[in-house]
Amino acid sequence: MKYQYRDREMGERILQKIGDLDLELTLMHVCGTHQDTLIRHGLQGLLADVGVDIRQGPGCPVCVTTPKEIEESLLLAKNGKTILVFGDMLKVPGASSSLSQAKTEGCDVRVVYGVDDGVRIARGIDNDCVFMSIGFETTTPSSAAALKAKTPDNFYVLTCNRLVPPALKAIVQMGEIRLDGLIEPGHVSTIIGSEPYRFISEEYGIPQVIAGFEPLDLLMGVYMLAKQKMKGESKVEIEYTRAVREEGNPKAVEVMDSVFEPTDVKWRGFPVIPDSGQELREEYGSKNARLVFEDILAELEGREFPEPEGCLCGEVLRGIVTSDECPLFGTACTPESPVGPCMVSAEGSCNIVYKYGKMG
Amino acid sequence: MSLILFGLMCLAVPAKVVRIKGDVAEVDFGGVVKEANVSLVDTKVGEYVIIHAGYAIQTLDKKEAEETLEMFREILGDSHA
Ligand code: SF4
Repeated sequence: MKYQYRDREMGERILQKIGDLDLELTLMHVCGTHQDTLIRHGLQGLLADVGVDIRQGPGCPVCVTTPKEIEESLLLAKNGKTILVFGDMLKVPGASSSLSQAKTEGCDVRVVYGVDDGVRIARGIDNDCVFMSIGFETTTPSSAAALKAKTPDNFYVLTCNRLVPPALKAIVQMGEIRLDGLIEPGHVSTIIGSEPYRFISEEYGIPQVIAGFEPLDLLMGVYMLAKQKMKGESKVEIEYTRAVREEGNPKAVEVMDSVFEPTDVKWRGFPVIPDSGQELREEYGSKNARLVFEDILAELEGREFPEPEGCLCGEVLRGIVTSDECPLFGTACTPESPVGPCMVSAEGSCNIVYKYGKMG
Repeated sequence: MSLILFGLMCLAVPAKVVRIKGDVAEVDFGGVVKEANVSLVDTKVGEYVIIHAGYAIQTLDKKEAEETLEMFREILGDSHA
């Protein structure tokens, strides 16, 4: 199946069809895996040749995590808590240092592959453990399910979860970038379905396609957007039908909504976006690291946390510059010594572009 | 393997359900069998699920997978619209 979705001949036919429509399009996607497919297979360049420019946008949960949230985890680590975190987060610089730096300084920072891993670690030790819960709607249900299924008393959650549709709305409202269409993230959509995106097409007239991750999925997604544009339509279509149903995964949504509630939160590169964060509901207050360790975290209140100097991650995440337009890209900033999160995370645009050595 | 499977937060990988014990199932990623939590989906042995961060997040429709490619051909065929 995989190889069929990489069929070169079919890919060329789709590109030709897009070219035949003779449109100039600026599109955005919001997913590291989409970016990986676009760059790895050289699709970005092929699409540019037929008039289509695609930007990543804020589609990297690690990248949009703010310096303040990283400082919270660092402060908890320095106060003796065991920090459980996805590996991608380790080297992301906060305002003072990074979790990997804290680890070399003797703090207990452990990499987990998922929340259940973290729960298992907490069960095995007496120390207070704080799971840095990062992720969009794809990941948040797992944190919710773990909390619902009961976690040990020494297991706490520092929520950094975020919702995709409110960020899309923010991008559209900011109006910094021309947007002829949005490629919506396939795996977020397996959970939320197509309905939560609909207002963007209806209120702002922007075509949307939920696409899968193989090269043909993305090319087809672009072609479907181009056709909507040509016909003057704006609706949400699903290309990734093998995994995404219109209604999403109602069971996962229910679990997520019973544990988390939307809250206003800042994204890196963005101002506070209304209802775009996910905080634990009151009944899970005893699991909420921000409440339980309020005294420790109080010292961060009211402080400003600047972005790394010279880093354009904010602009990359808003889609207004491409990674290779950042003056530090590949010189002062590389995956070995990253300046900003977009170079650290395997889902960050700068990391992906650097890895494949080209912009498509 | 683990990096490929879990390094990307929005990455999710298809696997076949081999055995289910309560909320946990053994799932087969093309030969590599691992445990995954299946409490967020309704699935049964023999079905394909998409795994993300140790959880099955959706069942995969094999028939759709085959039909999608068919759909591609159709869309490309009638695209003078
Ligand atoms: S190349 Fe480095 S400094 Fe520039 S935007 Fe990307 S992460 Fe930031």
